[in-house]
Amino acid sequence: MSPGIVVLVVAAISAVGYVLGRRRAVSLAARERAKLHSLPAYYGQTVALFAAVPALVVLVAWLVVQPLLIETRVSDMIPDSAIPEGGARSLVMADVRRIADGLDAVLARGGISESELSQMQADVTDVRGLLAGIGVALGNDVPPPVFEAAKSYRQISKTGNIVAGALALALSVGFALWAYRRIAVDLRARNISERFVRALLVSASTIAILTTIGIIASLFFETYSFFKIYPARDFFFSTVWNPQFRGGSDLGILPLLWGTFYISLVALVVAVPLGLMIAIYLAEYAGPSVRSLVKPAIEVLAGIPTIVYGLFALVTVGPFLRDWIAQPLGLGNSSSSVLTAGIVMGIMIIPFVSSLSDDIINAVPQSLRDGSYALGATQSETIRQVVFPAALPGIVGAVLLAASRAIGETMIVVLGAGATARLSLNPFEAMTTVTVKIVSQLTGDTEFASPETLVAFALGLTLFVLTLGLNVLALYIVRKYREQYE
Amino acid sequence: MMGRIAVIIGIVALIGLLASILSNGLSSFQQTYVSLDIFLDPAKLDKAGDRNPEAIAKVSTFGYAPLIQKALQDAMAAKGIAGDGVNAKTAAELISKEAPADLRRFVLADPSAIGQTVRFDLLAAGRIDGYYKGRVTMESAKLDRNISPEQLMLADKLKEAGILTTNFNWSFFTAPDASDTRPEAAGLGVAIIGSAYMMLIVFVLSLPLGVAASIYLEEFAPQNRFTDLIEVNISNLAAVPSIVFGILGLAVLINFVGLPQSAPIVGGLVLTLMTLPTIIIATRAALKAVPPSIRDAALGVGASKMQATFHHVLPLAMPGILTGTIIGLARALGETAPLLLIGMVAFVREYPAGPPEGFFDPASALPVQIYNWTQRGDPAFVERASGAIIVLLVFLLMMNLIAIILRRRFERRW
Repeated sequence: MSPGIVVLVVAAISAVGYVLGRRRAVSLAARERAKLHSLPAYYGQTVALFAAVPALVVLVAWLVVQPLLIETRVSDMIPDSAIPEGGARSLVMADVRRIADGLDAVLARGGISESELSQMQADVTDVRGLLAGIGVALGNDVPPPVFEAAKSYRQISKTGNIVAGALALALSVGFALWAYRRIAVDLRARNISERFVRALLVSASTIAILTTIGIIASLFFETYSFFKIYPARDFFFSTVWNPQFRGGSDLGILPLLWGTFYISLVALVVAVPLGLMIAIYLAEYAGPSVRSLVKPAIEVLAGIPTIVYGLFALVTVGPFLRDWIAQPLGLGNSSSSVLTAGIVMGIMIIPFVSSLSDDIINAVPQSLRDGSYALGATQSETIRQVVFPAALPGIVGAVLLAASRAIGETMIVVLGAGATARLSLNPFEAMTTVTVKIVSQLTGDTEFASPETLVAFALGLTLFVLTLGLNVLALYIVRKYREQYE
Repeated sequence: MMGRIAVIIGIVALIGLLASILSNGLSSFQQTYVSLDIFLDPAKLDKAGDRNPEAIAKVSTFGYAPLIQKALQDAMAAKGIAGDGVNAKTAAELISKEAPADLRRFVLADPSAIGQTVRFDLLAAGRIDGYYKGRVTMESAKLDRNISPEQLMLADKLKEAGILTTNFNWSFFTAPDASDTRPEAAGLGVAIIGSAYMMLIVFVLSLPLGVAASIYLEEFAPQNRFTDLIEVNISNLAAVPSIVFGILGLAVLINFVGLPQSAPIVGGLVLTLMTLPTIIIATRAALKAVPPSIRDAALGVGASKMQATFHHVLPLAMPGILTGTIIGLARALGETAPLLLIGMVAFVREYPAGPPEGFFDPASALPVQIYNWTQRGDPAFVERASGAIIVLLVFLLMMNLIAIILRRRFERRW
């Protein structure tokens, strides 16, 4: 029984429960000539909620837990001798899963029957050929224990699914009946169903926490296993980044961090002055009609997907910088460079700086400006000496937020800055960043046991910690500053 | 003064960006075709003559190529075009390698066409297409292994004779991706479907979850440690780099739960988690904008807190919520980095099945397809990528327009 069907059946039970529950409440009220405690719909709603929620919760929990349990049980079935030299158990398990899926497909096509399958043995039957026939390619022949494991994997997950489905249906019907039987004229149906809904609302808002836990846990566990095989000291202090396909790589984060900071710095040098000037102009000088045109136009920049900026850097800005500046000056002839990525990224983060600063400058009370004018200051003197210093902490917060954007940005750097990890001061050379390396280490066929892959998680954790620190600091500054005038 | 210059620089950058994309990409909506009357020779395609589908399917694309070559020669002879220095084989190179495959697909779909003469619009080769878009010139053709100046001159003659035509490129929207050597056949079909599936998942999941979470936080939550934790979390999640969400998807959804790689379901879930903070923040603002008097009035006539919220506050806040949701969806549509990590870069030529099974089939997505094309050698793919960006931007523009219209339409002042 597939989970999708179970969900549909549960939904149907719940809908029927609603109708029946409502009808029963109304007829009870008519028979007993009493007033219902709640509106009739609430009685139906109570039955429907009882029918749906517990069953679905159990089903989802089961779907998450089942693969784990099966994984450990089946993994125990494979003797160490069946694992090829130098291979990992996780790879064999991936094979097991593939074979199991393949067997399902074979059965679905009616090639063999269930009883034939249980008789089959890997050493007499050509399992590989059988599976190739339906498009499942296996790297090598299947050793008998692996095949047995695949068969029982299939068996267990099949039974598991049936049990889960049956359990969910039983829960659904059981709770629905229970709720239905409890319907009485003075049942506080509204309160019950509202308490239910409230619990649902609470659980929806905990998803944010679960996501954070998921991020931290996934980063942390994989980083931990990375540091088990690769010394943390080399990771943090080595200046060489040179991953090798066959192991023995140098995985020093310093060149990547250098590239990240260099590109972000260029981006900020572009974005901060421009963004600030735009903000001051919009907040202090521009009339309402100009403002209503310019502000959305600038904010369009923030809504454009970063891949668009990436292509812009790749086909327009990069070649332009190379042909007009880098080559004439003899500084290099690479079209992907720190400057390319930095400038384009700077354009992207202009609106972050300008919008936030605009809000903050607007929040400076008019009385400060009026006071300054009353002392005889001109408008530009007022802005420079009064408004700007008053807004400064908030602006610093905005710049920090923009910096964290720049550090976490991926696509512009992937397309604009190249993939060579190096420590250099020349802004016309190609460099690379943490995010680019996360992408390049994790794309393609990867095996999750080598340091070359796991390093991406360590890089991710570094990135997460860096941007989180900047964000928290920025939010703290912005918030603290905002309170001063309230 | 300085401020005005800054504004101008900002807007010039925006215009430059759009101009660069448009000038590179608009040409991808046009495509050069070769119109030929092709005789589907039964002697080659169905030797037994019994129209047995299996026997017909055995004829590979190599069996179809000579038909095209012959048709081209016939057409040239009929119009009196001499291939100066171009023999029959190199003349046939003007036609895309994809053409025999198209022909074969046509015959397999309709075996009764064998023996008839059918008019086909075949894709011209990528270099020929590039010649009429200014990408390939006589000078570059001299250095190019794939095309010679003689072939280009022949193409010009064919164009004069009306055999070579330039038409609107519908297949750009419907065809799947094509291999590295035939950019002329590459289309966005699978990517559009994949993106649509993901947007569907994001919409169906993030709207109810986001609204539920916001209602709790805005209307019911007490001020305590727990709700503080949730709020700080949400504002932090909104600022986490998108690639970290990709790592989350890879580690939890693919490695731990065991969902298939490159599947819209994984992309959709990852993008949902990314979009949730945006939607929650927008929804809370919309709920906050509903004046307390509405709640008080509802409570005053005896409604419960829940009734006041769901029957009165929520409908009033709905336009604002939808606006925020559409903006969140637009951002999710353009997101690339997390999708790279969950394997959406794969080369997918098969269309995914209809939902819901299709959610688990491999698919591509618009932004990833763009990235994919930028990584290829042939410069024709840059044109394709820019064209795809125009498609993406048009989608985004439409979504934003809907958001603006919604906002205008339902904006009310209390």
